[in-house]
Amino acid sequence: MTKIIVPGRASGIVLKTTNPINFLGAVDKKTGVIHDQKYDIYKKSIQNTVLVFPHGVGSSVGAYTIYSLKSNNVAPVAMICKKADLTVASGCALADIPMIVLCDEEFNTIENGQQIQIDTESDKILN
Amino acid sequence: MELTKEEQSALNGEKGDALQTAYRILVATGEATNAEKLIPINWAHLSGVNYNTIGDAGEEFLRKLSKDAKVKVKATVNPMGFDFDHISEFNHIEEDFIAKQKSIRDSYIRMGVEPTFSCTPYDIYDLPKQGTQVSFAESNAAIFANSLGNLKTNKESAFSALASALTGKSPYSDLRKDDIITPMTIRMAIDNPNELDFGMLGFFAGKVGDTSVNISGVSQPNRRSCKALCGGMGTSGTCAKFQFVDSEDEESEKIAFGKEEMNEVYDELNTAEKGDLITLGSPQLGLEELSDLSKMLKGKSFQKRCMIFCSRAVQEQARNLDYTNEIKRAGGEILSDCCTCLTPLIDTNETDAVTTNSIKGAYYLKNSTGVDVNLKPLSKIIEDETR
Repeated sequence: MTKIIVPGRASGIVLKTTNPINFLGAVDKKTGVIHDQKYDIYKKSIQNTVLVFPHGVGSSVGAYTIYSLKSNNVAPVAMICKKADLTVASGCALADIPMIVLCDEEFNTIENGQQIQIDTESDKILN
Repeated sequence: MELTKEEQSALNGEKGDALQTAYRILVATGEATNAEKLIPINWAHLSGVNYNTIGDAGEEFLRKLSKDAKVKVKATVNPMGFDFDHISEFNHIEEDFIAKQKSIRDSYIRMGVEPTFSCTPYDIYDLPKQGTQVSFAESNAAIFANSLGNLKTNKESAFSALASALTGKSPYSDLRKDDIITPMTIRMAIDNPNELDFGMLGFFAGKVGDTSVNISGVSQPNRRSCKALCGGMGTSGTCAKFQFVDSEDEESEKIAFGKEEMNEVYDELNTAEKGDLITLGSPQLGLEELSDLSKMLKGKSFQKRCMIFCSRAVQEQARNLDYTNEIKRAGGEILSDCCTCLTPLIDTNETDAVTTNSIKGAYYLKNSTGVDVNLKPLSKIIEDETR
């Protein structure tokens, strides 16, 4: 089942990680680059991607990092998670970044580099 | 999530931009936590005060928001980057940082928050009656409130707590209900644990636990150890609550926290043999901890710089009880309104490593400040670093 956390429409190339993301600790808010080498997307930029990751972890202030990414024009165009958490949900709500949650099965079918479209108003949310 | 007519009209923007923003956040966090409705809360504790963490975008957001937004319930706030009373002693802090920090402080005050600048609101105020719904963003404070304070809160984000402060409401999520399922019990298998061991237990529990964990094998830890446990747990994961249990529930999954598990946490966070300076306080120290410290320091002096972080309210109380004189005589620098985590007071040009007893502090010193960390319990710090 697809669950809409923040409604909206977006399309972009998938950047997928198996790591839960600590936005405050792992993402450079000025460049959108992952700067924690423990991540499998280390040194990759999340700018304009559809960012696909299990869920957010860590500091509650990570919500401000997501807002900063948007203000600095380096944010993802959408986010897709397996589990919704308050930091990512509230950060996306304020930054107006569409965010949805997928069940494990659907989440697993999404592949890195794939072009994807999200439209939360449409009957088929993912294309 | 179902909204009342009034909530829906605020979401539609009929009550101004600030409330519309707040309700958009509440709806998203409500959906995220499967809440069916919003409920009233009567205290919000906000994170997102330190310029180091929220940056220019955060400063600008708060400046604009505070033009017409006002908090509806009691609201307290997290530490800033530094202590304005002592800033002249730290030459390396840039003017721009000071100006932006001042703007953030003023924005919060304009919105009507109580200027606590503390990550330990539970050390400053008497807690409301059992079962009271609150919204705490600071993770150690949320875990303390749920686990030791008999209050109920989500592990809020900076924005969800801010939205709660502006509306007096929060999603009625699982953590706010009485029947939380706790599917895991962690057994403390370390003998005579000190506060550092409890911090490591918390860090471990945060990683393996989901929303709530049981902890067995522990009898009545002191407040310093309890705070260390909350701090460690909040740093590593999404876990928002623990309860000490006597015996292990048959149904729950059981995991031991023994030497091996502890060493793994220690090796992840301890990266130096010794520190160039010492920090005490993340979470900020309470009155009882300052009292202990002043007794431990009788007749001794620190052999290197030691920064001691506590809230301003606690510092005043400690001064009245004469604890601060002994600490200052021993060379301790008492700083308020800030803490070990993400403070710019530590000059990375001059500091390679910091000694601390805080697991939470260690994580942010290493990952955000970018210095090495030497972990020791307080008793060992006093033994090794004073004469």
